[in-house]
Amino acid sequence: MNDVKETIRQFILSAHLPGESPDNLKDDTPLQTSGILDSLATLGLIQFVQEQFHVELDVYDTSVERFDRIQDIAASVARKRAVGAHPS
Amino acid sequence: MIPRHLADYLESSAARCPERIAVVDSNGSVTYSELNRQADALAAFLAARGVTHGDRVGVVLPKSIPAVVALFGIMKAGAAYVPVDHTAPAERGQRILTDCQISALIVDARCLGVIPEQHGTSTALCAVVAVGAASDVPALGNRMTSFDGALQSGDGFTIRERSTGDLAYILYTSGSTGMPKGVMLTHENALSFVEWCSSVFEPTENDRFSSHAPFHFDLSVLDIYVAIKHGAALYLISEDLGKSPKDLARFIAVNQLTVWYSTPSILTLLLQFGNLEAHKVPDLRLVLFAGEVFPVKHLRELQRRWPSPAYYNLYGPTETNVCTFAKIPSQVPDDREVPYPIGFACSHCASLVLDDERCEVAAGDEGLLYISGPSTFRGYWNRPAENAAAFLERSGVRWYNTGDLVRWDPDDGFIYAGRKDRMVKRRGYRIELGEIERALYSHPRLREVAVISVPDPDAGVKIVAYLSCHEGDRPSIIDLKTFCGTRLPAYMNPDRFMFEARLPRTSTDKVDYLALKNSFLTPAAV
Repeated sequence: MNDVKETIRQFILSAHLPGESPDNLKDDTPLQTSGILDSLATLGLIQFVQEQFHVELDVYDTSVERFDRIQDIAASVARKRAVGAHPS
Repeated sequence: MIPRHLADYLESSAARCPERIAVVDSNGSVTYSELNRQADALAAFLAARGVTHGDRVGVVLPKSIPAVVALFGIMKAGAAYVPVDHTAPAERGQRILTDCQISALIVDARCLGVIPEQHGTSTALCAVVAVGAASDVPALGNRMTSFDGALQSGDGFTIRERSTGDLAYILYTSGSTGMPKGVMLTHENALSFVEWCSSVFEPTENDRFSSHAPFHFDLSVLDIYVAIKHGAALYLISEDLGKSPKDLARFIAVNQLTVWYSTPSILTLLLQFGNLEAHKVPDLRLVLFAGEVFPVKHLRELQRRWPSPAYYNLYGPTETNVCTFAKIPSQVPDDREVPYPIGFACSHCASLVLDDERCEVAAGDEGLLYISGPSTFRGYWNRPAENAAAFLERSGVRWYNTGDLVRWDPDDGFIYAGRKDRMVKRRGYRIELGEIERALYSHPRLREVAVISVPDPDAGVKIVAYLSCHEGDRPSIIDLKTFCGTRLPAYMNPDRFMFEARLPRTSTDKVDYLALKNSFLTPAAV
């Protein structure tokens, strides 16, 4: 889980916040609702998460409520991986 | 019947094909007769509350059937609608709604922060209609009503006197002084454009139109009113769906959409992330794009994935809606690298290309594009100085200066050549860099601010803010992003923040924007 969060953090910092100190981007920093990521940047992050962690995210997973903080995104990844590992 | 009002389109379609589906959203659909009935009920409610001919009524709603009901209900009540981005900061929406002195508001229950301050008669609202479960706003008292309540209590609708010169809507665009400016458009402006669309695109009641653009964006005018005029079905694309290219590509295929209209940015996202091979679209007959340049390599690739539709490049500022257009060849040649032209003036528009002295330029020379005709807007709301500068009177004809530089080519028509001022287009939205500067200047830790735009292969343009700070008091980039996020729409939030000890100045002590641009584009040379 921590690896996932760190990977997402590094991606956001390098792609959208060049020059920012990593300490300022916390697990609970709002991303979409704060203005840090606009819709295009969010799309890039969705694409990155899908490819990096081999998960499929749909409209539900990527709604503002579930895709606004690094901790929420990492939780979605964990949930998707758990479903993938134990198909019902 | 010759239409005189946008609501005439809905009423004639409701009479002609009452049971056809008019609008589809993520919660369901509504027929023409039901849409017309709900719009009548809302109009009756608004009229009973005191909304009168010529009033402005704010609309702060996500794309949804109630939002379409709101637009028609407001116009049927004789008023003009003022759509405001419900995802933009509430403070900006509040400034817009205060600027045009709305008399009523239809608002999503989650967006009550946009309600203008209630003090004095000049800001008094006669009704606020909330869509969704809303908490009470004590200052409003019993002037607040639920959307369902308004529809139930509104009966006895009678058509008010209609004139083509009545204001239909006001669309706010970015303003160079920091305050968005309201572009006033009449029913005649919109009707002339819709009638032109009918003649060129030949829609029928069997068409299924996409509605991707938000209602505060002028692309939505084509979607809504051309579809409604012809009794076609309008498929509203929610913000969440719009952000998910794979789901959007599936949506287009599953719903067998026949007409697509959006900015090139959205089509590029569909191309790159939509997995278009998996979603065939044999029903799609028209792909219309506007708002920015479509990079040819993406357009060519899109045609390979979507080979059947006809493609059109539509051009026009909010002030005229579409005024020139170009049909794209069915196969963009492999060796073409230059973007397609903006083409020839639409049949309801006339065009002129003038130099700085307002003399016509020779064919092939660059000049400013002026447009006249029935779709040209009435003026900016309450901006006499800007209205005087926007128009040129010549032989009794009023010409609007688009501010866009073009060249004329006899084969291709107009070729877009850029701007002289500090307005940029990003994802189809107009951005005055001065509005971003003004927002940043209100940050207490910033001493100097200069915002520039630079070309970007992916986003079209990148917005870069150069800043200097008070001694040792540099804010974090997240702080600046968040600060802008509370004052500006997301598409105006700068991509990069660059800190300097002092910003470069010209000999007349103005910020040297050219030096900043050069410094960003060739950092090694500085």
